[in-house]
Amino acid sequence: MTVPNEAATSIRTPHLLIALKDATLSGFVAFGLFFFLIGLRSEQGSTGALEISTRFQTLALLVAAVFAGTFLRTLAFGRGPIPIAGAVPASVTDFLASAGRFAAPALLIFALLVPVLFYQNRYLLDLGILVLTYVMLGWGLNIVVGLAGLLDLGYVAFYAVGAYSYALLATHFQLSFWICLPLAGILAAFWGILLGFPVLRLRGDYLAIVTLAFGEIIRLVLLNWQSLTGGPNGISSIPRPSFFGLPFTEAEGSFASTFGLEYSATHRVVFLFYLILALALLTNWVTIRLRRLPIGRAWEAMREDEIACRSLGINTTTTKLTAFAIGAMFAGFAGSFFATRQGFISPESFTFGESALVLAIVVLGGMGSQLGVAIAALVMLGGFELFREFQLYRMLVFGGAMVLIMVWRPRGLVSTREPSLRLDDGKAAAQDAK
Amino acid sequence: MSAGPDTAPSPGPILRVDHLSMRFGGLVAVADLSFTARRGDITALIGPNGAGKTTVFNCITGFYKPSAGRIRLEHPDGSAYLLERLLNFRVSKVARVARTFQNIRLFAGMTVLENLVVAQHNALMKASGFTFAGLIGLKVYRDAERTALDKARYWLDRTGLLPRADDSAGALAYGEQRRLEIARAMCTDPVLLCLDEPAAGLNARESAELNALLQFIRREHAISILLIEHDMSVVMEISDHIVVLDYGVKIADGTPEAIRNDPKVIAAYLGVEDDEIEIAEAEAGL
Amino acid sequence: MEYFVQQLIIGVTLGSIYGLIAIGYTMVYGIIGMINFAHGDVFMVGGFIALTAFLALLAIGVTSIPLALFLVLLIAMALTALYGWAVERIAYRPLRHSYRLAPLISAIGMSIILQNFVQIAQGARVKPLPPIITGGHRVMSSEGYDVDISNIQIIVVLTTLVLMLGFSWLVAKTRLGRDMRACEQDLKMASLLGVNIDRTISLTFVIGAALASVAGIMYLLYYGVIDFYIGFVAGVKAFTAAVLGGIGSLPGAMLGGLLIGLIETFWSAYFSIEYKDVAAFSILIVVLIFLPTGILGRPEVEKV
Repeated sequence: MTVPNEAATSIRTPHLLIALKDATLSGFVAFGLFFFLIGLRSEQGSTGALEISTRFQTLALLVAAVFAGTFLRTLAFGRGPIPIAGAVPASVTDFLASAGRFAAPALLIFALLVPVLFYQNRYLLDLGILVLTYVMLGWGLNIVVGLAGLLDLGYVAFYAVGAYSYALLATHFQLSFWICLPLAGILAAFWGILLGFPVLRLRGDYLAIVTLAFGEIIRLVLLNWQSLTGGPNGISSIPRPSFFGLPFTEAEGSFASTFGLEYSATHRVVFLFYLILALALLTNWVTIRLRRLPIGRAWEAMREDEIACRSLGINTTTTKLTAFAIGAMFAGFAGSFFATRQGFISPESFTFGESALVLAIVVLGGMGSQLGVAIAALVMLGGFELFREFQLYRMLVFGGAMVLIMVWRPRGLVSTREPSLRLDDGKAAAQDAK
Repeated sequence: MSAGPDTAPSPGPILRVDHLSMRFGGLVAVADLSFTARRGDITALIGPNGAGKTTVFNCITGFYKPSAGRIRLEHPDGSAYLLERLLNFRVSKVARVARTFQNIRLFAGMTVLENLVVAQHNALMKASGFTFAGLIGLKVYRDAERTALDKARYWLDRTGLLPRADDSAGALAYGEQRRLEIARAMCTDPVLLCLDEPAAGLNARESAELNALLQFIRREHAISILLIEHDMSVVMEISDHIVVLDYGVKIADGTPEAIRNDPKVIAAYLGVEDDEIEIAEAEAGL
Repeated sequence: MEYFVQQLIIGVTLGSIYGLIAIGYTMVYGIIGMINFAHGDVFMVGGFIALTAFLALLAIGVTSIPLALFLVLLIAMALTALYGWAVERIAYRPLRHSYRLAPLISAIGMSIILQNFVQIAQGARVKPLPPIITGGHRVMSSEGYDVDISNIQIIVVLTTLVLMLGFSWLVAKTRLGRDMRACEQDLKMASLLGVNIDRTISLTFVIGAALASVAGIMYLLYYGVIDFYIGFVAGVKAFTAAVLGGIGSLPGAMLGGLLIGLIETFWSAYFSIEYKDVAAFSILIVVLIFLPTGILGRPEVEKV
């Protein structure tokens, strides 16, 4: 995005006095903001009544930190916006851009090798599956938010539709995973169209809040429709996946015995890993193909300027609807994978927090960038596994990151956009081969 | 190539606006406006700021639904469309009316070339079998894409943007953006091209280039042009026919010569004496 | 009949709280055309500040309940207003000229921050506060069913009424109100005519947050419980109220709030309490589809 001109023209006088003044002001503001929420804390005592306790030390530390932070910021950058474009040297951005060409294949090879390298490490394999699930969700939402520019805050609803579709179809009708998977995708897409058809005419921010409401409606219905969904208890003993009909058990005719392997519980985990990797790669492949097709270009054009699209004869309603439905379909796939992997689902897995997490991944990764989304998912989920003791701070950091990214790099961390086609056919062919 | 020059312009009007009115709440933006634009002509719609010119455009191009009146468009093959009944995007898709915007609306984050390819969306969409054929990479689609690229290249060449084809549209200079918007509109294969102040913000040289481009479009592609313009040097030089609006009402209608000498126009539009027109024109044209 | 009247009283009380929150949405939307997603959480923050302030006042020996409540009102309004200011300053102002999704995403980020900040700072568990304002009046009674109106219900409705009148006066008569209306018409034009836009927008957030904090206090006093999550649901409902009444319109926000409060109450009373939120959210969707300008809103002309 364009950096406001002020950046260049603002008076860059890093006076000590100004910095001190700003810092004092910020300190006071921080004190006001934090005194009653951090300095004091209400807690239910042994009698059940609320008691108040103080944490003035923490408060003092925080206020001091805000003071120091503002002081240093004003001293270093003045009052204008921080010139972030200059803060990252061009050589670094260039390096990142060129590294991007290698990063994607490198990441892919690494992902393929994870089960081989970490065969013994069940924990890492599970983490890998989790990350890949979010990569897939991120790529799916990227179609809606990143390409088409539609802010969908209820994406998790389609994930839930997929998960419950699989769970119900598999437990009631004994349908196999491979039949349920497309069905779940179709059902989720169907719900996407059902919701999208009336609401996609709305302006962008209305759409956001309607999808948010829709997500909550789905969750509340799942929670309260006890007879179908089991309510808060969810659905358990969902059939686990089989290797194209060969179950991962010790019994005769199982995967292990058929291939003459010694039974190991890891087989299933490895299979799940490759399954979600394949699903994620499918999402990626379809997205990349679609971007080079008229529909994909219309999505991006719509993100840039909807009115101009209409003036060119593009039916924006159906264009939005396809983005919405395709995004929902991939969420449905991911949902049914989630259900078969967990073996148990409940409405608790489909809260607004999940939608927000996936959105954060897309936003941080750089809207529209496939690689960026994958890296963001890896960093955010992997990073928080590394720092487990800070689990509580996870969403706080996500929220903070969303605000910071919007202020500093609205197009996300990876913001270079590859054109969908070039004039020179030779070059275009080279693009295709990549 | 695009709508070729094979169809000899028939003398009838391409666009006939009858008793068009547009009200916003209590405000009457356009009142009972009637005019015709002849096929192959460049028709200019002029008038002071707030005269309702852009509102007329928005009615013709399907962005507003007129409160009353009829807008009839006739294609060279004789088929006719009532534009006030066509929903927004259909005016462009079905009736083939293309437009540009007063405050340029490009797809700034996409490349120049992509802007022109997006404009050919409907043709490409059909060729891609509504995405399915395109997804598996059928030859039909690849051919269609090549044709689309050829058309884009043709218009890039015509507008002098060929070297900038792979740059992002937002990075173009102002004058280039104006030209790109016209090129993009032309890529939709229109029969009527509506330009909303195409010369606004252009310098004298760019204005002259614009004149040449518009005359080329009219001459070589047999496309009728309707334009809103403040820049009198553009209007007087290239229009065949001028309609003058003031406060939503038509006050004059005729050839540039007639308009130039119409005292009503001079009084209403410029509000100054004859010899001061030149100066006022220069100011109004920025 | 008696049951109906009782529900009516409950609905109006609830609706008043929604209405106060809705004003914040509608004002901000009117001026900068953006949904302040974090507004519901600002309401929640107001409730929490009030709670800790009240407990702290008790702890330092302020035993007079009216005095304590008055001080709590002042503290909560002032500090929540500070939150409103900070939110605008940090998350929205730098984005005023960014692309269209940026402020929305930033607002969602802010909402997540506030929710999790309070969760971390004050704990995730529900905070119960014993009833502070007790007593009430019997309105009518027949055949074993009594209709009561409690003092807290009267206070909630009266406070809302007073704040609404005060705020309408502010918008209609003061310099600030005039600036706000000017900004609502045309931000650029207002700035050319010498309206200090940054200040006006800041004050809009500040006032909206102050009103939301009052709603937070009343929520706390009325329900006697508060947790970090109340802002989310109450926020969506108040937004629904703003849209239903016609976004940008002050009487609309109040009317919408009352309607949502009544619908929710009657839905719970006569149909199913489990689906009361579903009902409210569904209304949002239905209104946006069929009546996007709301009851008192002006039709929006697309700027081409």
